[in-house]
Order: sequence, then structure tokens, then C-alpha cells
Amino acid sequence: MYFLQQCINGLTLGSIYALIAIGYTMVYGILGMINFAHGEIYMIGAYLGIIVIGLAGVFGITSTPVALMLAISLAVAITSAYGWTMEKIAYHPLRNAPRLAPLISAIGMSIFFQNFVQIGQGAKDLALPPLIQGGFAIGDPAGFQIRFSHVQLLLIVVTVVVMAGLTLFIKGTKIGMAMRATEQDRGMAALLGINPDRTISQTFIIGSGLAALAGVLVSLHYGLVNFSIGFLAGIKAFTAAVLGGIGSIPGAMLGGLLLGMIEALASAYFTTEYKDVFAFGILAAVLIFKPNGLLGHNYVEKV
Amino acid sequence: MFLLALRDACWLTLLAFPLIGFDLVQKYGETGKEIIFEWQAIGTIFIGILLIRLAAGFFKRYRIYRCPEGRLQEAKLGISNIVSKVYRLFDHRLHQRPALVTLFALAVALPFLPRVSNAALDVLTLAFIYVVLGLGLNIVVGLAGLLDLGYVGFYAVGAYGYGLLYQYWGWSFWQALPACGMIAALFGVVLGFPVLRLRGDYLAIVTLGFGEIIRIILNNWDSFTNGPNGISSIPRPTLMGLEFSRQAKEGATTFHDFLNIEYSSNHKQIFMYLLLLSMAVFTMFVVERLQHSRLGRAWIAMREDETACAAMGINTTLAKLSAFGLGACWAGFAGGFFAARQGFINPESFTFIESATILAIVVLGGMGSTVGVTIAALAVVIIPELARGFSQYRMIIFAVALVALMLFKPEGLLPAKRRMYELHPDDPNDLNHENQSVLEVTRQ
Repeated sequence: MYFLQQCINGLTLGSIYALIAIGYTMVYGILGMINFAHGEIYMIGAYLGIIVIGLAGVFGITSTPVALMLAISLAVAITSAYGWTMEKIAYHPLRNAPRLAPLISAIGMSIFFQNFVQIGQGAKDLALPPLIQGGFAIGDPAGFQIRFSHVQLLLIVVTVVVMAGLTLFIKGTKIGMAMRATEQDRGMAALLGINPDRTISQTFIIGSGLAALAGVLVSLHYGLVNFSIGFLAGIKAFTAAVLGGIGSIPGAMLGGLLLGMIEALASAYFTTEYKDVFAFGILAAVLIFKPNGLLGHNYVEKV
Repeated sequence: MFLLALRDACWLTLLAFPLIGFDLVQKYGETGKEIIFEWQAIGTIFIGILLIRLAAGFFKRYRIYRCPEGRLQEAKLGISNIVSKVYRLFDHRLHQRPALVTLFALAVALPFLPRVSNAALDVLTLAFIYVVLGLGLNIVVGLAGLLDLGYVGFYAVGAYGYGLLYQYWGWSFWQALPACGMIAALFGVVLGFPVLRLRGDYLAIVTLGFGEIIRIILNNWDSFTNGPNGISSIPRPTLMGLEFSRQAKEGATTFHDFLNIEYSSNHKQIFMYLLLLSMAVFTMFVVERLQHSRLGRAWIAMREDETACAAMGINTTLAKLSAFGLGACWAGFAGGFFAARQGFINPESFTFIESATILAIVVLGGMGSTVGVTIAALAVVIIPELARGFSQYRMIIFAVALVALMLFKPEGLLPAKRRMYELHPDDPNDLNHENQSVLEVTRQ
């Protein structure tokens, strides 16, 4: 019973990691760079969600589904705009620079966003009242009960739907095809009439949108956000992306869910304090023993 | 150009609006819900972005690779070019030694000049710690080309090394200092082993993970490290056994008693300053010599091309491990000095932002350039202290400067000569990007 409960918690956590990891994996696949500021994009999404819900309250929108839809759509739209702008300012001019340059630029953006939000919204936790309450309780009412809240259900369902949608999008549409082509070989894709700059922008927009979605759902789930949540979430989502095989979208989903499960079980059966150590340890172990991840391609370095 | 700037400023302000623009006075469950718009902040942001954008557009015009004929103008305009001109003057073989000796003499004389406050010396002392850290990371990142984002972990190992050796065995600073360096070097080698095969970004993220793991362990191992409370009342270094306190401990003599002078808290400050000055100079000397040694040349070769380097018969495993170990060793020394200077350490001082700052020092100074890194370390510590009034915006300015530096001068302010060629591949003498990408396509 306890194990099942931890699995549900792990699945919830894993969905969030998976949603963020997709942004990492898509950007890494196409540009070959770690978008260090992606965790901060997720944090901005979470803040925007809370702000929109608060504004909806001020303007007298009391119906929860309407406020929620508004929060999700606005947060996703604005955060995508953030992602797009970030790419244009900090990464686009460094397209052909040595590898270190975009990484440091990304670290700079990450510090910038953290302090920007800290100045704008204060250093204290921002709280969101529980919008969706209740849940299922399975098992003996007197003994141990498995709790499965509606928010967790919503989180998992939304993640699954979005993942399915994204997979279809990448497989079926022209934009998705352009993304796959750019990922394989940017120069060749450009020769065949794909605009790589536009494709890269679209990648950033999609990745940021998904991160924002994760942010809004997380703030619904935990009810608290802080300007510093992005860093750790970003690292763990990157771990998830690497675990699944970086550059592969199904890999990111699988890696996210796996990492969530591992973390939930580790903190349940070992210690909570060292759960981050587990995540980092897995990251190091995967990179050292299976650098291509679970579902990644094999790259052979040609000299 | 103005219209473009206006467009960008409008767009960015629009973006900033939802996060900055209003204070939601939201008390859920209470009736008083209202919005306070912060027009002043928004206005400031708009004007600020407009000015920055105009300035950026202006500088862009004079960038070398945007318009080749603008090169001469750039040489006249760039402030950093003036700096590098001055530097080149010093760089001349005949001028170098006298210049360095003069600078060193000035630095030694500084605390004895009138009107130099204790606070200023304290800031300079901290700056010298960062010089040591920057030069140490310069070995790993600048010379060996291994991007290490967890450098602060070794700094923490050094600081805790002294703190714990004192706490458990009562070691003095001078006994503990070599141990700090050695423990940190050991950590560097041990953590370097698993990442031997990793390159570039992967290496960066794994080292970041290691740095965080060290911090988390220090934070949670209450019984050994005292957890988040840290270690306090760590003694300051002594001069040949002479203490710099008002009252000596049992069996010890104080500095002012020994010389028969009045006690002054300045002595302690001046001693720390001179100690760290000599440490910084020693580090500069060692790193400079290392750079031109057989090992240093192996590092640089490895940075340029690992495969070719291995093919030339250099043991890259040994080169990498020695880079990690030596880099970590300096961080350990710096950590020991840090613990002695603060008298108190806790895991909070060793967060990722510290690693990012040290990395920024290395990049700002021009990777692989000893003098550049030294100047950058002094600048990164001293400038924010001068701008105390802006302390709230300190980090944000730092972040913007980091991005701007990457956009406009990725080789840093005083680049090592070799590095400069590498980072401006579209220099007329070199292959340009277009050619390179075509080559890549044809090769595949």
C-alpha cells in the first residue's frame, strides 16, 4: 500500500520532470547546447500562473475551471514569448560561437531571471490557495489509505495528453518534420529550404510552453512557488532528459517518469535529505556508463 | 536604429509587465482585493532597455566582424582595447619585470598609507582569495579546457577541511593549510576519475552535480559538519606563533606584546591582507610557470583537440587528472584562507552562484591569461563593493554583464593571445564561418 502511494507521488513528480525535460531535449537535439535557463522559464511559468489566477479573482472570475484555463493559456503564451525572446537575445547571436559561449550566456540568463523575479515579486514564497480540492482515498478508512488527489490526477492526465499531442505534432506536421530534419543536420536542412532560425525559435516556443504548463500545474499541486525553484527543477529535468537519451522526445518522457519514481521511492525508503544526491548520482552514473541514455542514438565521433 | 530600439524596448517592457507591473494585494478569503500598478518601475525598465539597446546598437556597428572596414574605428573606440594596449605595453619583455615589481611594492605599501580604511583592506583581502580561486579554475577551464561548474565544491572542502581539523583535533591554521590543499586535490582527482570520458556540456553538468552533492552532504551530515549551522569561532592565522588578539590564549604571546606596542585591530587586518597578497602572488607565479611547463603545454594541446593530443603521445588521462587535482588544490588553499578570514563557515557560502562567479572571473579575464584573470577577480569583487547602493540589483547587473560579454567579447577582456585567434575565427586571416559550415557539410 505504502509502495503504491509512493508510486503515485513518483508519477506526479515524474510528469513534471518529463514536461520540463522535453524543452531541454529538443533544444539540445537541435542546437547541441544545454539551455541552462530552462528551469527559470519553468519558474516564470509558475509565477505567471499564480499571478493570472490572482488577477482573475480581482476581476471577479470565480469559476475555477475558467480561471484555470485562463491561467494555463496566458502563462503558456507569455512564457513562450519569454523563451522566444531569450533565444533571440542570448543564444541566436552565438550560433557559431565556441561551445562555452552559449553555455555561459545561458548561465547569465538563468541568474538574470532569478533576480528579475525576485525583484518583481519578492523573495518570499508566493502562495496559491488550493483551487482544486478533494481526491480519492483507497483502502481501509481506519488504516493506511492511498491518497490520490484530483490535482495529481489532473497533472498526470494533462501530461499524458500533451505528450501524445506533441508526439503526433512532431511526427505529422510540417513544423515537426522541419524540427526533425534540423536536428539531424542543420546545414542540409537549410539547403532543402527549411529556415533553421525559424525552426529553432519554434523549438524554444514549444519547450517554454511545456515548461510553463509544468509550472502552473506544480503551483496547483504544491501551492507554493519561490524564485529559486527553477534551478533544482532544471537540473533534475536535465537529468531526466539525459537518462532517457538526450535529443529523443520519448526518451525525455520515459526519463522524467523514471526519475520521479526513483526519487519518490528513494525518499520514502532511505532519506529525504539526500534525495537530490540520488538525482545527481543517477545523472553522473548514466553519463559515465551509458552516455547515450536509454533511448538515445549512438553517435560515433569521426576524426 | 532608434525605431528598432523603440520596438525592442516596447516588446521587452510588455514581457516584463506581468511580473513587475503590479502588486497583487491579494488576501484570499478577505474582501479587500485590489491591484496596485507600479508604473514607475515599468517606466524605468522601458527607458533603461531603450538606452541599453541604443548603446548596444552603437557598439554593434563597430564590431570587427560586422563590417571589416570598421576595424580601425573599433580599435580607437573600444575601452577594452585601450586596456589591452596598456597591457601590451607591460607585456613587453623589457617592461614586464619592473612593472610587476612596482605593482607588488605598491600593493605591499598600501596598508601603511594614511587614509586606507580597514574595510577597504578587508575587501581587498577577499579579492585576493578570489584571485587564487580564479587562477585555480583557470588551470581547469582556461588551460585544460575542462568546463567545471562544481569548482565551489573544492573550495568548500578546503574551508571545511580547516574548520573540521580545528574542531576535532585543534590544528592551527598553518598545520591545516597544506592539508586543505591536499584533501581538496584528492577530491579533485577522485571526482575527476569518473568524468574522464565526458566532454563539454556533459562534463559541465556532472561537475555541477558533484559540487551540489558536496554542499548537500555538508548541509545534512549534522553529526560531523554541524549541518546548516556551520562551524564558528575558527581561529585566525598566527605569525610565527604570535596571535593577533587583545588577549593571548594560555601559553601564547600576542603580536603587540611581543613588539611592545599598543594593541590595534589594524594589525590583524594588515596581516591578513599581506598574507593573502603573498598567496595571490605565489599562485600567479606558480600558474604562470605551470602554463609554460611540459604539463601546461599538454593541457593547452588537450584543450585545442583531445584526439590529436592523444595521437601525439600525450597521456590525456594523466593530463586531465592533474588539471582537476591542481585546480582543486588551489581551491582548497583558498578555502582554508576563507575559513580563517571569516572565522565562520556554513554550507550557504558554497552555492552554485559562487561557482558561476568564479567561472565569470575566468571568462571575463580571458581564459588562460594569468594577468587577465587576476584583474578580473579584483574587478568582480571590488566593483560591487563600490556600488553598495545598488546591492539589490547587483546580481542582475552581473547577469546582464555576463550575457553582454559573451555577445560582444567572448574572448574576455585580456585574452591569452592563442585564445583570441580561436574565438575570432572570422578574422580575415582565418577560416570564416561560412566556409567552415560548408566544409562540415561536404565532410559528412
